[in-house]
Amino acid sequence: MPTYNLKVNGQMRPVTAPADTPLLWILRDHLDLVGTKYGCGIGLCGTCTVHINGAPTRSCQALVSTVSGAVITTIEGLSPDGAHPLQKAWCDHDVPQCGYCQAGQIMTAAAFLKNNPTPTEDEIDGAMAGNLCRCGTYLRIRHAVKDAAAAMQKGGGK
Amino acid sequence: MKAPNSTFSRREFIRVSALTGGGFLLSLALPGEAWAQVGQALDDTAKVFTPGPFIKITPENIITILAKSPETGQGVKTSLPMIVAEELDVDFAKVVVEQAALRPDVGGQSAGGSRSTPNNYMLLRRAGATARAMLVEAAAQTWGVRANELTTDNGRVIHAATGRSLTYGELATKAATLPVPDERNIKLKNEDDFKVLGARVGGVDNPLIVTGRALFGIDQKLPGMVYAAYEKCPVYGGKVLRANLDRIKTLPGVRDAFILEGTDNLSGLVPGVAIIADSTWAAFSAKRQLQVVWDESAGAGHSTADYDARAAEAAKAGGKTIRHDGDVTAAFASAAKVVEGAYYYPFLNHATLEPQGCTAWAKDDGIELWSTSQTPGPGQQLVADTLKIPKEKVKVNLVRAGGGFGRRLANDYMAEAAAIALRTNGAPVKLTWTREDDMRHDCYHRPAGYHFLRGAVDAAGKLSAWHNHFVTFGLKNTERVASSAGLGTDELPARFVPNYRLDQTIMATILPTGPMRAPGSNGLAFVMQSFLDELAYAAGRDPVAFRLELLGGDRLVPASQPNGQPYNAGRMSGVIRLAAEKAGWGKKLPKGEGLGIAFHFSHSGYVAMVAEVAVAPDGTLKVRHVTAAIDVGPIINLSGAENQIQGSIIDGLGMAWLQELTFDRGRAMQSNFHDYPLLRSTETPAMSVNFIQSKNPPTGLGEPGYPVVPPAICNAIFAATGKRIRQLPFSKIDLRWS
Repeated sequence: MPTYNLKVNGQMRPVTAPADTPLLWILRDHLDLVGTKYGCGIGLCGTCTVHINGAPTRSCQALVSTVSGAVITTIEGLSPDGAHPLQKAWCDHDVPQCGYCQAGQIMTAAAFLKNNPTPTEDEIDGAMAGNLCRCGTYLRIRHAVKDAAAAMQKGGGK
Repeated sequence: MKAPNSTFSRREFIRVSALTGGGFLLSLALPGEAWAQVGQALDDTAKVFTPGPFIKITPENIITILAKSPETGQGVKTSLPMIVAEELDVDFAKVVVEQAALRPDVGGQSAGGSRSTPNNYMLLRRAGATARAMLVEAAAQTWGVRANELTTDNGRVIHAATGRSLTYGELATKAATLPVPDERNIKLKNEDDFKVLGARVGGVDNPLIVTGRALFGIDQKLPGMVYAAYEKCPVYGGKVLRANLDRIKTLPGVRDAFILEGTDNLSGLVPGVAIIADSTWAAFSAKRQLQVVWDESAGAGHSTADYDARAAEAAKAGGKTIRHDGDVTAAFASAAKVVEGAYYYPFLNHATLEPQGCTAWAKDDGIELWSTSQTPGPGQQLVADTLKIPKEKVKVNLVRAGGGFGRRLANDYMAEAAAIALRTNGAPVKLTWTREDDMRHDCYHRPAGYHFLRGAVDAAGKLSAWHNHFVTFGLKNTERVASSAGLGTDELPARFVPNYRLDQTIMATILPTGPMRAPGSNGLAFVMQSFLDELAYAAGRDPVAFRLELLGGDRLVPASQPNGQPYNAGRMSGVIRLAAEKAGWGKKLPKGEGLGIAFHFSHSGYVAMVAEVAVAPDGTLKVRHVTAAIDVGPIINLSGAENQIQGSIIDGLGMAWLQELTFDRGRAMQSNFHDYPLLRSTETPAMSVNFIQSKNPPTGLGEPGYPVVPPAICNAIFAATGKRIRQLPFSKIDLRWS
């Protein structure tokens, strides 16, 4: 079995796995980074969203053989102290119900705000439309992303 | 302690002891609680009567409150400990909340039927108040003053006269030596003095969730753990004949593959093929290579198309009358207007975002499981029955669930994991279902239902007659209605209209049906509130005024059946008036825009909603706003409560608009979110959530909001377009207008 040198959350993490293994299962089963969740396995629900070279990516669709050398960031590595403005806004707005989708939601929102630091509500909804929430927390997500964007504009974030 | 005698069966029992190393431990033994509403067996886990550790206070002033019930997103891990904290009089932000495993001594540990709040509210208040009284007494003895000179505030006992105060931690060890005061001498707080209850409190696990550190069922990991997948027959009731196990065992990462005979119990160990592997992906990959020959004979003749045809025939043939008040025939003969409508709602899947699964570890002395079950007590029993071992040898840890919605009232995945764990040579095993497994093997479905309705209004514009022929399902029989497929004979408008008739036909099905969020109500409210709307328009009446007149003023309408519930028409009228007022009911809107109202009583909650929609001439729908008014008594956690209603609005809109599970030859035809969609952020309306915090006992919020959403939306679509929606989901209906 081949070995891949993955760069995950700033650390080099060599893994030996079949080439067709999705990054999702590498993260979860091999690297014990279980914050990234399995929801549908076909790139439809967004629950497994991570950043690959800064871009929000469905880790269930990214094969391990294609991500060697790429910069991979998971929810565990989004902020060293859990104080990313989005994480703070998520707590302030008490967004989660079951919480299962929220890591994917936050990772999508973090990549989005880098490209669009001052979004409208419609732009937020559009950016988040690929992330499903079975409990129905979209309204709070909308408000939390908006608040986080404002906090980042004031210099509260990165 | 001895087993309880029957006189204790409806009372809790409080004990206090010292913590190891000093400190205070209040234990509370609760009798098993019933949640008969969803028709499940009672949880009998509390028959052993040793008190469980509810409140711990260490000398270092660390205050820990036990969260006893399963957390599935309904918020009880936060709200139930808040109740204890209120009476204990501590700052909830500083409390450590600890999730209980399944234990025989903390009362029923189930999550269902919106029962967590009503079943626990007074018990948990008394537990907190008892601990507080003992801490006060400890301070009184320490200072040589009378207890009634002392007050508490945020975890301190205060003697205002001398300016002295001590923390609970400083008093804990002494308090632990005191006798538990008689329950009659425990004074509960005046509700006007509440500081914790009614506040907005974020979920206690939020900091873990937003950093990816909250562990769900699928996240469990144990030393030496192996990974399992399980393939079952796509046809309900199907059996394994043979499979290419020899080939599967040669695949990379696969350790073993074998057939489990299983049982006929669709909520138990269903027959299938297990694969044990070194990783989830290896197990999933091997599962795709599986070739199984199934006995699918059970599914013949069972498709939703067949059911539709049989229901249409039943409509012509007529049903068995199960309630008849007044004289419906005479009322129709003398009616000013008669309306007919055939209504339908489809089968649904629970589709929790976390698929089912379970981690199990068989050891020499029993088995330990990590489960997302909503009913861990019955789950423990199922595992014991499946493995033929005493249930005391089955340890169940409660793990945060990625959604419940009634799916996890069943424990099939626990039986599977337990049976597989016997074949791993002692290694712990994590069973994970694929999304496709989850979609095709929902343990039971929200049943479809067919309603053939006639209604009449008299010359005064008042509802005068209502006749429903309800065509529903029985599990493999035509005599008894299947789980969650019934229409109670007291269901509105029964009791509110003088001439009422309900006929019923039961069609046999092999498809398992059962509770999903607001069982029964989640389909019935759409039918009743939509048809009421048809009648209001037929009478030329305002839909709100027509409904308030039907309810007949602020009165309590008694149940007319032995197991029925009284209906508080006053509380319902209150939420209707509030929703209408907040939504600006009566405002003039152009064609293509409209307001719709609906109300429903379920799970002890009174809910009304007004939806505002805009439909473009090309049929494109925009749900602009939903205004909800709810009376479930006092609110425990305002943030969590609003979240449940906001979620119900989104869930209810997605259900009404998009969701339908169809079957062919006994198998589900949908497999993932491409053909069983959830609502997305772009379709999320603005909302306002308004609570009437009446003085009634507080009741739950997971369910009662959900049934009201579809009819409110559909009635608004009618107001906007003149198109009456009688079948869900309405994505299949052409909404174009000109």
